Amino acid sequence: MIVAEQKPLDEIKGLIAEAEKVLVLGCGTCVTVCFAGGEKEAGILATSLRMASKIDGQPKDVTHTTVQRQCEWEYLDAVADQIREADIVVSVGCGIGVQAVVERFPEVWVVPGLNTSFMGLPTEQGVWEERCAACGSCILGLTGGICPIARCAKQLLNGPCGGSQNGVCEISKELPCAWQLIYDRLKSQNRLHLITQIQPPKDWSKSRDGGPRRITREDLRLAAEASE
Amino acid sequence: MQIVAYSCHYCAYAAADLAGVLRLSYPAAIRIVEVPCTGRLDVLEVLHAFEHGADGVMVAGCLEGDCHFQAGNLNARRRVARVKELITAVGLEPERIEMFNLSSAMGRQFADYAVKMTQQTASLGPSPLRAASGRVSRTGAGGDGLGTRREGSGDVGPSTQKTPAAHQERQR
Amino acid sequence: MSGEHLNGYKAGSHLERVLRAGHFAVTAELGPPQAADGDVIRKKAALLKGYCDAANITDNQTAIVRMSSIGAGAIALQEGLEPVIQMTCRDRNRLAMQSDLLGASALGMRNVLCLTGDHQSFGNHPTAKNVHDLDSVQLVQMVVGMRDKKAFQCGEEIKGAEPRFFVGAAANPFGDPFEWRPYRLGKKVEAGADFIQTQLIYNIERFAEFMENVRRLGLHQRVYLLAGIGPLKSPGMAKYMRDQVPGMDMPNELVDRMTQAAEGIDKEDKKARAAAWRDEGVRIAIEQINQLRKIEGVAGVHIMAIEWEEAVKLLVEGAGLYPRPEPASIPEADAGLTHE
Repeated sequence: MIVAEQKPLDEIKGLIAEAEKVLVLGCGTCVTVCFAGGEKEAGILATSLRMASKIDGQPKDVTHTTVQRQCEWEYLDAVADQIREADIVVSVGCGIGVQAVVERFPEVWVVPGLNTSFMGLPTEQGVWEERCAACGSCILGLTGGICPIARCAKQLLNGPCGGSQNGVCEISKELPCAWQLIYDRLKSQNRLHLITQIQPPKDWSKSRDGGPRRITREDLRLAAEASE
Repeated sequence: MQIVAYSCHYCAYAAADLAGVLRLSYPAAIRIVEVPCTGRLDVLEVLHAFEHGADGVMVAGCLEGDCHFQAGNLNARRRVARVKELITAVGLEPERIEMFNLSSAMGRQFADYAVKMTQQTASLGPSPLRAASGRVSRTGAGGDGLGTRREGSGDVGPSTQKTPAAHQERQR
Repeated sequence: MSGEHLNGYKAGSHLERVLRAGHFAVTAELGPPQAADGDVIRKKAALLKGYCDAANITDNQTAIVRMSSIGAGAIALQEGLEPVIQMTCRDRNRLAMQSDLLGASALGMRNVLCLTGDHQSFGNHPTAKNVHDLDSVQLVQMVVGMRDKKAFQCGEEIKGAEPRFFVGAAANPFGDPFEWRPYRLGKKVEAGADFIQTQLIYNIERFAEFMENVRRLGLHQRVYLLAGIGPLKSPGMAKYMRDQVPGMDMPNELVDRMTQAAEGIDKEDKKARAAAWRDEGVRIAIEQINQLRKIEGVAGVHIMAIEWEEAVKLLVEGAGLYPRPEPASIPEADAGLTHE
């Protein structure tokens, strides 16, 4: 899932300073599951903004609503009236949600209420960890299913570096060394030969470095759109 | 002054009842809301209490290690800490909410905690959210000077109530 | 320049010639200043010149901005001190690294050490974006490819003079997983590294164990391995290395020896205590050099006297490694050197 966390309230207050009628727009998918921007969190943010603006002497009209998925326009259309009525929309979806609202409602001013952090999973309740960097050319098959791009601080393909000690990374004793994990797993599977070969330089053009990425599936496009 | 006391059914709520039976007085500002367990405490609900004019919130659960539902009171403690962060960001003092732990036999302690919370809240003055909007719509029973500065001075002595808490108006 | 006249030598650097001639090599370290102050390099070079075969010029060491290793290396060359240019993967992508390699070669530098680089969170720009386009193994491969295949990393031919470097890499014998370290060293050798400089070694026994595995893989016959030595300045430094530095193995005996060195000296006499500690630090380092020389496969030492360049002279003289050998210039094709 996409994992995010709410921006500090002060920063959001700054973003909406000019507006009177504010809509906090939650998203019912990833950011609901990571407790950053679902129905409950949209409610908490709306309440907090109402209280803060009242204390500051300029009470704002802050409401909130949540859609199933901000990143699909069909769901946004269902709350189009609320979006258009607001002076400003604070999207507490991920960065994709914010931009989906912007693209669907170009006339509306939209600001982010979250910092979109990473793609990961909950390793225990209340703890999320990054697992994928969307590098565009997956090598998990070589590394025992443990990603050095997402989990090594230096994205090494021929690790571990000299800073690996007692299973943890040189940058933090809280951070497991990804290459120690890879080594342990391959050893337990009797597959260490997978990492004795030199892994060649990565093709970063498949990653963000190649510019914004796009996937087109002609078989899925609607005929009318495809012919455009 | 108005303080919402989220009280666990298995301990604090019973302790408040016991305080009433024992004729122990505690400040009339306390408005008890019974919860099945403080683990039921909801951050948004607490924020709504503040938004609607509560000057303070006390959360009273079982003694640590004695939760009827094992760890609900420990979860509540974390949520109280979270509410402290949230209301601080909003512009309220974090001391407007506190967590207390007690057993159903501790009627005296309940009254003491109620006084402590009332004094702590009084020292902070009325909630700016209430001051900004004048009187809140939902007033408590008794002439406890809601929205006035009198209690804000720290004088909480004379305004007490002796009725068993269970008979109070419930605010949910 | 081209490789043909080198008669099998990779770059013909002084360091390469010392090692090929079978001498026990000594390299040192020169840390550039955090300013555009060339005289600092000249002063440090004067302390090192004659006491080592080449000096590593660090590349934004511990992620702190310093004069570039190539800039400082150019000054060292002018001073007659042969530089080993350190290059980390942290700050530059493959374009920047290759262009810098061309520049360094044109300036006459002949040794390069390929490193991953300390993480930027240790340094003075912790909010920087790191690069790590390549890792150190891939960097070795790239530098060797430019030299031996006359090709850029993309495969395109280098049409003019190729950069010729004696290519080094680092190894930390004490990093984890300990049993994997010789294999990772093997990857660097496989990538084409000519020499290896190790991290600081204080636990000689454990290093010997590492070397046993290195020999088992036959790596000592394919690469020159220089063991890292660092004279201790104080018990505090020893304790810091024992407790705080990731990938460091500092035995308690050495911490104790450093502590005992100043026993009996008045606590107020800080100067005398510091001198006693430094004397002991030099003594320990000399003993260690002598122990390391006996380990099969150790071709030299790399002395890292951090901000204490004066110590290099003491160590080299104390270990009987002075004067440094002057190997003959590159022999003619029929001189019959058979190292490779």
